[in-house]
Amino acid sequence: MSEAELATLAAILAAMIRAATPLVFAALGELVTERAGVLNLGLEGMMLMGAVAAFGTAHAGAGHGAAMAAGAAAGVGMSLLFAFLALGLRANQVACGLALSIFGVGLSAFVGKSLVGTPIAALPALPIPLLSEIPVLGPALFSHDILVYASILAVPAISWFLFRTRAGLVLRAVGENHDAAHDIGYGVLKVRTLAVMFGGAMAGLAGAYLSLAYTPMWVENMSSGRGWIALALVVFATWVPVRALMGAYLFGGVTILQLHAQNWGVPVSAQILAMLPYLATIVVLVLISRDETKIKLNAPACLGKVFHSGR
Amino acid sequence: MSVPVPPPRLALKGITKRYPGCLANDGIDLAVMPGECHALLGENGAGKSTLVKIVYGVLQADEGEILWEGEPVRIDNPAAARKLGIGMVFQHFSLFESMTVTENVALGTGDPSPLPELGRRVAEVSARYGLALDPERRVADLSVGERQRVEIVRCLLQDPKLLIMDEPTSVLTPQEAEALFETLRRLIAEGRSILYISHKLAEIRVLCEAATVLRGGRLAGRCDPRRETAASLARLMIGADLAPPVREEGTAETGAPRLVVDRLSLAPLVPFATPLADISFTVRAGEIFGIAGVAGNGQAELLGTLSGETLVAVPEAIRIDGEAVGQMGPRRRRERGMGFVPEERLGRGAVPDMSLADNALLSAHKAGGMLKRGLIRFSRARSFAEKVIDTFHVAATGPGAAARSLSGGNLQKFIVGREILQNPRLLIVAQPTWGVDAGAAAAIHRDLIALAEGGTAVLVVSQDLDELFAICDRIAVMSHGRLSPAQPARATSVEQIGMLMGGVFHLDGESRNAEA
Repeated sequence: MSEAELATLAAILAAMIRAATPLVFAALGELVTERAGVLNLGLEGMMLMGAVAAFGTAHAGAGHGAAMAAGAAAGVGMSLLFAFLALGLRANQVACGLALSIFGVGLSAFVGKSLVGTPIAALPALPIPLLSEIPVLGPALFSHDILVYASILAVPAISWFLFRTRAGLVLRAVGENHDAAHDIGYGVLKVRTLAVMFGGAMAGLAGAYLSLAYTPMWVENMSSGRGWIALALVVFATWVPVRALMGAYLFGGVTILQLHAQNWGVPVSAQILAMLPYLATIVVLVLISRDETKIKLNAPACLGKVFHSGR
Repeated sequence: MSVPVPPPRLALKGITKRYPGCLANDGIDLAVMPGECHALLGENGAGKSTLVKIVYGVLQADEGEILWEGEPVRIDNPAAARKLGIGMVFQHFSLFESMTVTENVALGTGDPSPLPELGRRVAEVSARYGLALDPERRVADLSVGERQRVEIVRCLLQDPKLLIMDEPTSVLTPQEAEALFETLRRLIAEGRSILYISHKLAEIRVLCEAATVLRGGRLAGRCDPRRETAASLARLMIGADLAPPVREEGTAETGAPRLVVDRLSLAPLVPFATPLADISFTVRAGEIFGIAGVAGNGQAELLGTLSGETLVAVPEAIRIDGEAVGQMGPRRRRERGMGFVPEERLGRGAVPDMSLADNALLSAHKAGGMLKRGLIRFSRARSFAEKVIDTFHVAATGPGAAARSLSGGNLQKFIVGREILQNPRLLIVAQPTWGVDAGAAAAIHRDLIALAEGGTAVLVVSQDLDELFAICDRIAVMSHGRLSPAQPARATSVEQIGMLMGGVFHLDGESRNAEA
């Protein structure tokens, strides 16, 4: 391969990782939320609010750190709204989640009206010394911004929390059998609220990544369905963090490849190519769903069920 | 000089708990001494579970006082109860199926020590009290008896002074129950107290030295169960004498075969399901055929194939009146005279949020003539539901009452009644009296017997051996997806059935009888 071709390959790999990063954040957050037994379909809304809050903060001149924090905080705020309805008032989780998504789309567009078309400085890349010098792999893997690194490190961290710590055990217990957890004396609603808030923060970061790094600008509805894909990825991953990462990279990979395929002039219509990532996700999802054992072993048994304490 | 009498380990004074529209506990007094096994007796809905949940801090009393070793205490949550030294084994286990034994213990004790160390202690305690358990196994793979051991070990690890057991034997084989009693006796000998909830009078009489009886949320009496008879305890518990069902010596042997199951096998459809292997039996007209066994041995799967919810590959494996029905769904089987009462009342036996009339319509539309050219004749559905309510003494506000609003026993009477009034030629009933109090249970038993005497073939699948022995002509046992040969109920002992429940099919029943 020529030097130019190697550089292209590195660029494609790097682009795949960038495309996958918002999905990693959102899916991991939702995974923790669902492990606690709460189905929050409001990812899309939380991501958009995170994106607009992060962008607005950066645009106002605050640093990137503050912008990321604002994105996460906006996600948490939206998730608290969900927690109030679905946990506090015991409303139907599916309906609340859908409402939250629709609400987030509208509210972010409203809040971000004056931000459309304004520029900000993109989140800078932080090449890792030495590692980033490696040919091809260096620019592909080790020359990203802080959020990309954080999304990857979040996978072992969340796995460790869920499967190695006492708090993670309690969280899974609440998702598995909320009545038993309550009888033993755990605060089901407290655990769930915290899990929902974590999911909100991660969705907010996913949004922040979109508007600060992926395409450093604000466009209405800029998450363009990634929240829904992330939801599918959680099932795809059978609620195991490392599989969520793999799923996100698969989706990101197909997204980027089909873009390049369009460039290379593959004789397939662009619309069909644009469908490919979604199609790939559906196909893998169907294949995974065929293995009921895997799903049954990992799926939180109380997912989406309303908890009544005074049973 | 007299030895000072120690204060009771636990004393309740005037405990009252109100729910909207009902008084669950009304001024209950109770005292449990150190080293005492104290029975808490009562029908379903008598307030036993509410009372112990108050002791364990799951619920709070509206009035009254709790004294722990003579000192007034507040028990705000289960953690506070555990801190005092109160442990509880729930009737519906509070276990997490996808987790290991050790993880479950860690969750239940709040013990912060690392899991491997906890696992060692689980092994140690289970060995000391004869409760065989593998700490690394996933709870989903354990039998019901083993799951209960997890609960008990979880309590014992906290060295409790008072252990509350909520109907512990309702899910055990007789042998498992006997092993449990041994463990409990060992605990009492160590000076621990046990508060033992049950409505099985026989076991209370062998295990407990004091009893408090509740009825309708009130204190009905106190007694020493060793000095009472089962009948006198029952009278105290129910407030009236019970007429036990009488099954006449039947002519069942001669009836025509109604339901024939012939070498039925079924691979598991979902994880944790039991495969069915080579099941054969015949239920004859006028006969009550019982299938015993601990839950999870394939009964649910067998019932699915019989009801038509699961179709079987070989149609001839299930025959109704000689006709192969293995590939027919529930509706076509009903058309051939089959009635079916599933184990889950809410959700499968009845739609919780629909009225009784609508629920009658669901299974009886054909027999009750409730449809006309595809349109519903609501008046017929209503009158059918009314007839069920009247005939079977269902306590409900009327055919418009939501199924959910009925108590378990009343809903069961309604569902059984709905099937019986369709004059089935074959009735399949799962757990007919699960969670139903003694009065309603006796009524359901009488109805089933009357149905059989009218020539219907009745198949009863139950975990309750007393029930099967009371009403069945022949009994077979399911274990690990296999069915034992059927035994005439009169010529069989509870012990024999218990052996079969443990999966020992090839034991020679005759020689055991001779030894006994």
